[in-house]
Amino acid sequence: MITSVEITRHVLVPKHEILSEGEKREVLKAFDATESQLPKIVVSDPVIQLIGARSGNVIRITRKSPTAGEAVYYRIVVEK
Amino acid sequence: MVSRIAKMSFSILSPENIKSLATVRIVTSDLYDVDGYPVEGGVMDPRLGVVDPGLHCRTCGSGIGECPGHFGYLELAKPVIHILYTKAIYKMLKISCQKCGRILSSDKEGAKRSVKDLSRNPPNKCPHCGAAQGKIKFLKPATFYEDKEELSAEEVRERFERIEKPELKKVKFLGGRPEWLILTLLPISPVTTRPSITLESGEKSEDDLTHKLVDIVRINQSLRENIDIGAPDFIIKDLWELLQYHVSTYFDNELTGTPQARHRSGRPLKGMIQRLKGKEGRIRGNLLGKRVNFSARTVISPDPRISINEVGVPEVIAQELTIEVPVTKLNIDHLKGMVKAEKVNYVKRPDGRRIKVTSENKKEIVENLSMDWTIDRQLHDGDIVLFNRQPSLHRPSIMAHRVKVMPYKTFRIAPQVCPPYNADFDGDEMNLHALQTEESRVEASELIDVKNNIISPRFGGPLIGLDLDQISGIYLLTIGNKVFKRKDAMEMIAAAGLDIDLPDREELSGKEIFSFLLPDNLSMEFKANCCVNCDTCLHERCKYDAWVKIKDGRLLTGTIDSAAVGAFKGKIISKLHRVVDTEKIKEFIDNCGRLAISYLARRGFSIGISDLDLPPAIMHHVKDRVDEAEKESNQLIDKFGKKTLKILPGLTAEQSLETQILNVLAQALNDISKIVEQHIKESDIIVMANSGSKGSLVNITQMAACVGQEAILGQRIKRGYSDRTLPHFKKGDLSADAHGFVTRGFKQALSPTELFWNVMNGREGLMDKSLRTRKSGYMQRRLINALQDLQVRHNMVVKNSAGQIIQFRVGEDSVNPSKSDWGEVKWLE
Repeated sequence: MITSVEITRHVLVPKHEILSEGEKREVLKAFDATESQLPKIVVSDPVIQLIGARSGNVIRITRKSPTAGEAVYYRIVVEK
Repeated sequence: MVSRIAKMSFSILSPENIKSLATVRIVTSDLYDVDGYPVEGGVMDPRLGVVDPGLHCRTCGSGIGECPGHFGYLELAKPVIHILYTKAIYKMLKISCQKCGRILSSDKEGAKRSVKDLSRNPPNKCPHCGAAQGKIKFLKPATFYEDKEELSAEEVRERFERIEKPELKKVKFLGGRPEWLILTLLPISPVTTRPSITLESGEKSEDDLTHKLVDIVRINQSLRENIDIGAPDFIIKDLWELLQYHVSTYFDNELTGTPQARHRSGRPLKGMIQRLKGKEGRIRGNLLGKRVNFSARTVISPDPRISINEVGVPEVIAQELTIEVPVTKLNIDHLKGMVKAEKVNYVKRPDGRRIKVTSENKKEIVENLSMDWTIDRQLHDGDIVLFNRQPSLHRPSIMAHRVKVMPYKTFRIAPQVCPPYNADFDGDEMNLHALQTEESRVEASELIDVKNNIISPRFGGPLIGLDLDQISGIYLLTIGNKVFKRKDAMEMIAAAGLDIDLPDREELSGKEIFSFLLPDNLSMEFKANCCVNCDTCLHERCKYDAWVKIKDGRLLTGTIDSAAVGAFKGKIISKLHRVVDTEKIKEFIDNCGRLAISYLARRGFSIGISDLDLPPAIMHHVKDRVDEAEKESNQLIDKFGKKTLKILPGLTAEQSLETQILNVLAQALNDISKIVEQHIKESDIIVMANSGSKGSLVNITQMAACVGQEAILGQRIKRGYSDRTLPHFKKGDLSADAHGFVTRGFKQALSPTELFWNVMNGREGLMDKSLRTRKSGYMQRRLINALQDLQVRHNMVVKNSAGQIIQFRVGEDSVNPSKSDWGEVKWLE
């Protein structure tokens, strides 16, 4: 019986990292965006819960990309 | 920036609302007095807005175009049912108590029930006062009965007035009082919504709605008078019904069960609904479908001699379309010349007057023409215009072309630009738009000129290239080692309109002639379309001359065909994009097309039935192979009957049989194809297939030898009646010929049953095509609507109009496909 699964190890789950406040400011500045203009991710998302991110944190997601090899996305954690 | 709508609410217009909106009380059905001035208190009252130029609104003081118009109101002598609310009225009558005016649902039910839900099956006794409820009936268009007793609009209204507010809340009747569903006051729409037209004879012609309102006001007046003098009931009832009719048709003149209100001429009047509804209505016709000036549309036809970024414009169209030019110090003499030559349609004076240029007044105009005037000059060669073919499915469906004025009445385009427009010449029409400002012309020539759109923004390959005969021509010119006498080569090159200094030699090869079109810095190697994929590629020594090798702009080996210069495929065209500018690519495509046609016209190109002849021995060979396949499939059927057939994984016995039969027959066709390929004689049909200009080996096999299996939904043909596909076969016959296998080729003619299979398959293809285009078209439309306001910002971030980030790097690699090589960036090799 499977008791627990470490979802971050699944091939289809990309790398999620919490950005520091400083990094978050840099990202917002680099993309000339406000917090509400960033793509969102809900706190209840399993990966978000696992890495312990809170509402307001910005997450860096590094995905595999068919065109670029690796693509970096950012999402801001929001309450539902 | 997007502003958000916080709230929107819809409600019923109350009499108080109507009164407060109104500026005028309408009292008379007269429109104009004897002097022709609008009567005050009539439906053309000057306080309702202005429609005549030069006058000012009596209500708001602003002039025509400024004044939005103002409502009036009419007091109806008796209430009238609002025809568009009859359903709501019917439901409310059904669910409210006829005696106590409460909603027919017990307090116990307390939980809110909707009007719709309750009205479906109302109780026949009031749960509050216990009164028995009569059966409510609704007769179209606007009569209500209670147990066969007619209810007047007044009675209905009184009933609704008794329903208290908390009761309405119980059934979620929102947006106002139910009695407002019955009209006591009629809003009179502003005259700006129904402008009258003054005919040339000075006679005034009124809008349909005005006619309707006059009728309403007139009948209302006579109804009031009759009530006042105490006329008999039947007269009053008749008049009331007439009023009801007029008010109803004012809203909707296509009511079922009601004769249409007609104009004097017999034409049905347009009600409010008719103004909005349908293809030519306000919504689809005016709001979603806008029309433009300075445009033209006609049939297209091919002209292989004009450039890909030109368009042949018929003289009549060029004379009608104009471009506005301001008169300046620099161009005044030139423009005067144009006026004299009658190449100018209108001149505009600084005071705004437009004068049409005619042969009578042109002298006078030339004298008066000065710096602050503008002129509307006709289109002439070299003007940049937009050219479009619907459906405009992608960006290159609209491109900018240069005008070339030509005789006759069709737009002429180069065959090479057909692919992006998906155009052919079987009667297609296209639209042309003359650009009116200098900015738009610059923008068009930089961004959407055909020559800047040769590479597709979708897949990074050429959208524009040679097609059909052009490919056949260039293939025949370059294949093998054709040698031309100097004189012949010269004639051919001259006919193609090329300006080339021939080397001082008596003989030139086809490859050399083609090489004149290539820039010196082009070097590349690739496999041509006619490559047969041998097991070991011999490269330059290919016996089919299919290894294209270009070195420093010289074609050394190989044949130029669709893989080199074809639309969607052309490797040379996409490679040229990296070595020369777009003007040069355009010239290459133009010249290549003309050279191909020039050669093909000299050589001649034709096919005939005899091109499909196979030697009798080979035909026997084909027949043997067909028989063998049929025998094999019969063996499979036998095994199936004896239940010894090999069952394929995941399939039932029947499915296994079907799959295996299909495989056997497909293999047979494949073998026949090979036989045909080996033994068919060289002809122009083969040229077409090999060069990739049209058709393939499959098509040739189907014509010459065997059509093969006709399938419906990827299956053998199964449809029919009682265990068989057609009455020509035994019931339960599983054989190949009973299920769509066509053993003959088109040249030999099909048997009646075979023809039937072929037609079935053809019909499926037709249905499939139309269904697929519809589905994918709608899917694409939804995608476009969802994505239309996304843009790539300068830092390669994709954002929408609200500034929300959609993608942090466009395409994740920020490659612009139209600047790429088939989606890749490989500038370094």
